[in-house]
Amino acid sequence: MPRSGAHDVPRPQTRPIENQPGDPVDVTITINGTQHTYDVEPRTLLVHYIREHAGLTGTNIGCDTSSCGACSIHLDGEAVKSCTVLAVQADGQEVRTIEGMADADGTLHPMQQAFMENHGLQCGYCTPGRVRAATSLLEENADPSEAEVRIGLEGNLCRCTGYHNIVKSVLAAASN
Amino acid sequence: MTITETTDDTTTGNGVLGQRLLRKEDPVLLTGEAVFTNDMKVPGALYLAVLRSPYAHAKIVSVDLSEALAIDGVHSAYAGADLAETWASPMPCAWPVTDDMKNPAHYPLAVGKACYAGDGVAAVLAETETIAHDALEAINVDYDPLEPVLDLEDSLADRHVIHDELGTNSSYTWPLLIEENEGDVDKAFAEAAFTVSERYVQQRLIPMAMEPRAVVAVPQPFGGDMTLYSSTQVPHILKVMTALTLGIPEQQMRVVCPAVGGGFGSKLNVYAEELLCVTLARRLSVPVRWNEERSENAQATTHGRGQIQYVELAADANGTLTAMRVRLVGDMGAYLQLVTPGVPLLGAFLYAGVYDLPKAFDFSCTSVFTNMTPTDAYRGAGRPEATYAIEHAMDALAREVGLDPMELRRRNFIPVDKYPYEAYTGLVYDSGDHEKAAGVASGLIDYDGLRARQAEQNGSGATKRLGIGVSTYFEMCGLAPSRVLASLNYSAGGWESATVRVLPTSKVQVVTGTAPHGQGHETAWSMIAAEKFGIDPADVDVLHSDTAIAPLGLDTYGSRSLQVGGVAFGMACDKVIDKARQIAAHQLEASADDLEFHGGVFSVAGSADKEMPLAAIAFEAFTAHNLPDDLEPNLEAQVTYDPPNFSWPFGTHMCAVEIDTETGEVEILQYVAVDDCGVKVNPLIVEGQVHGGVIQGVAQALWEEARYDEDGNLQSSTLAEYLVPAASDVPPITLGESVTPSPTNELGVKGVGEAGTIGAAPCVMNAVVDALSGLGVHDIQMPASPLNVWNAIQAASNNQETNQ
Repeated sequence: MPRSGAHDVPRPQTRPIENQPGDPVDVTITINGTQHTYDVEPRTLLVHYIREHAGLTGTNIGCDTSSCGACSIHLDGEAVKSCTVLAVQADGQEVRTIEGMADADGTLHPMQQAFMENHGLQCGYCTPGRVRAATSLLEENADPSEAEVRIGLEGNLCRCTGYHNIVKSVLAAASN
Repeated sequence: MTITETTDDTTTGNGVLGQRLLRKEDPVLLTGEAVFTNDMKVPGALYLAVLRSPYAHAKIVSVDLSEALAIDGVHSAYAGADLAETWASPMPCAWPVTDDMKNPAHYPLAVGKACYAGDGVAAVLAETETIAHDALEAINVDYDPLEPVLDLEDSLADRHVIHDELGTNSSYTWPLLIEENEGDVDKAFAEAAFTVSERYVQQRLIPMAMEPRAVVAVPQPFGGDMTLYSSTQVPHILKVMTALTLGIPEQQMRVVCPAVGGGFGSKLNVYAEELLCVTLARRLSVPVRWNEERSENAQATTHGRGQIQYVELAADANGTLTAMRVRLVGDMGAYLQLVTPGVPLLGAFLYAGVYDLPKAFDFSCTSVFTNMTPTDAYRGAGRPEATYAIEHAMDALAREVGLDPMELRRRNFIPVDKYPYEAYTGLVYDSGDHEKAAGVASGLIDYDGLRARQAEQNGSGATKRLGIGVSTYFEMCGLAPSRVLASLNYSAGGWESATVRVLPTSKVQVVTGTAPHGQGHETAWSMIAAEKFGIDPADVDVLHSDTAIAPLGLDTYGSRSLQVGGVAFGMACDKVIDKARQIAAHQLEASADDLEFHGGVFSVAGSADKEMPLAAIAFEAFTAHNLPDDLEPNLEAQVTYDPPNFSWPFGTHMCAVEIDTETGEVEILQYVAVDDCGVKVNPLIVEGQVHGGVIQGVAQALWEEARYDEDGNLQSSTLAEYLVPAASDVPPITLGESVTPSPTNELGVKGVGEAGTIGAAPCVMNAVVDALSGLGVHDIQMPASPLNVWNAIQAASNNQETNQ
């Protein structure tokens, strides 16, 4: 159940000291600059916290083995698959999802723009996670080779594009 | 290696058609704004979870739901027998390919017997998805395991019969013998200078759309309406079939597809979970929803391919084909889904590929049940299998004759001057220029240079061997002329519908019966409207995938949408223009025949001051103050179009591979695809379709396989085990240009969705065998994994030692 809503109100930690296994726990995560706090089951994955508790459904789920990368987000600035992290592990940290990339005036992030201009998406289901992962890739390596882009994105599967235009998109974003 | 583009940017003129317009679909998908079915927020919905049989073949002795029902948050639970009264009829198969086809009754939950690992046995409804899944573990089912039938030829022998009531595992035998004179095939084989006789296995594949399936059924308890939201390719077919299967009045049934994350044929179906959600929502008067997990997707969403092919070619001394024999065993899986039995037959007309085969063709397909996931359409559906058979066999024939594989193909190509070409099957191929496509591909990959390099590289003792692969193909798409479908016993037609409205403010609204799920129809249809009306594509909105908004349609599959749905839409635009012309003529006091329409403006030839833009006519049509007598208000037209023929896109793929003989690893060095799909509405989208298709075909050749153990357990049920390629696994793709318009439709377009997949698997496998044939390797089973390649090399080497 949501305890506090969607505003930047700093709040003290209220986690019960004597918690029974399985009891709900308070988890506070700042998502795209907005602080969220919800009581969640300890087994709740970060991706479920984002989608079901915070209601941000741009982050998609494509598998149950951490293979596909559709749920990639930024956790404290680094791309992670949000199905590999428990919500409680992200307590007090900062998450950025696909919803936090474009400007409010509708201007796309340069990586989103590059994917659009190079037809780097078709059905779009893997796209939010991939755009997040690609952004992280360029933060680590601003001028990657084609091979480095391919290896850097190997954790994000796509069934539509054959990757050709995805690689082109990332290389285009790097050169801009 | 760099990413190169060799496409020719020439467009069809000053118009919008042919431009590389960026997709309208992208902003919502790129920002997370798009709503996929499992993103929907549905207050009060109960979550469905399905308990699946862990056995491939077992009697269900008892199902005990009591422990599950005791869990907090569980609403209800059901065994198959609890819902038996709900179904007005079994799950539908729309393609009874023969009058005596055997089709076991198939219900959303199995009763009495589970027939594959993954068959639904019980269902739970709970307040949350987590509770529903927890509850599955508390259901106790007593199974009595039976021996599973997993091998196709074993199934054919009826050692164990899966569906007792049928008395056999064979569903049907479908023969197609075409001879000018009786005995022509046997005679051709008897007189042939060269023959080859091959056996190929099309392994089972799992489509693995990135979005698993998801369903939400929302009832209207007092009004009686039912809305089914589903991640499907076929909202219209689903609406009819749900109404029939559940006995719901069709006018009260609505199907909506929110954003759909890929399909590849796997969402061309009517699934158990869709029917379960609807029937439970109806029974309980609350919304019911279900989200598929990936491992469920691997087990309970249909698989593709699954065939054993026996292929024989006869050729004269010149290498010219004189006859062909094909025997197929098709793997239906445990039950017949929507179009399961028709899939192998869709390929029946393509076995001679792009070659000038005389009327000497002997085909027969027998399809059998197995204790595995049902098969059905998967990108290409029958046509990749057929193309693989002819193209792989052509390479075998080339080795037999002692000709370069490209030269053998050239000797057999249907010559350009024979188009339109009536094939041995009686089907008429609309247009083609195989020499041109092959020439462009050869040039791009430097075929002759590669052959020279290969001769140098593949010397005795070489451990890195070069292989060159070629495939030339037809796609056969645009399903389909309804009369042809009737002759194949398909239960529906092949038409498509479109409605065009020019709104009072002159913006354009398009309603299409196609159901895109990644293909970019909104962009392409907007471009067609822009070209027709002389407007900006941004001023067009394309509505689709909701049976209340687009009530007429037959959906998206089989590379049909543009050349059936898009052509219908173009015709509707023309009807609107005709109506606008009458209004313009009336108001300009001119003869309609004297009016020219250009750039969105009607004008009277020779009278510069007499003109009227479409925008003004739209408003006049809306106010209806001054219309010709007997003309209805508003600018709107609807067209339903039944195509006169299939369309026949064609092309050539070529690739170069290097094989490490010590590890068996195959690396693709270069891949070239020349796909001629007629006029390109938007080359950007066409290229994307070819890229994606090629990699799916390459994946069949090198990596993907639905593997079962001897008990019938799926061993590749996650993306960690089923090897969908990653970016680092695949090469860039060089595309070449060839445009041969279709003469059968006004836009000159053909299909493109499946072509890449059709051409790619044989191209890669031909390269693999080409690399190793010098070592005595005759063939390799797909996928050409390092293990399969290494084993083939070892076997050939042992053979040669034995023979020495």
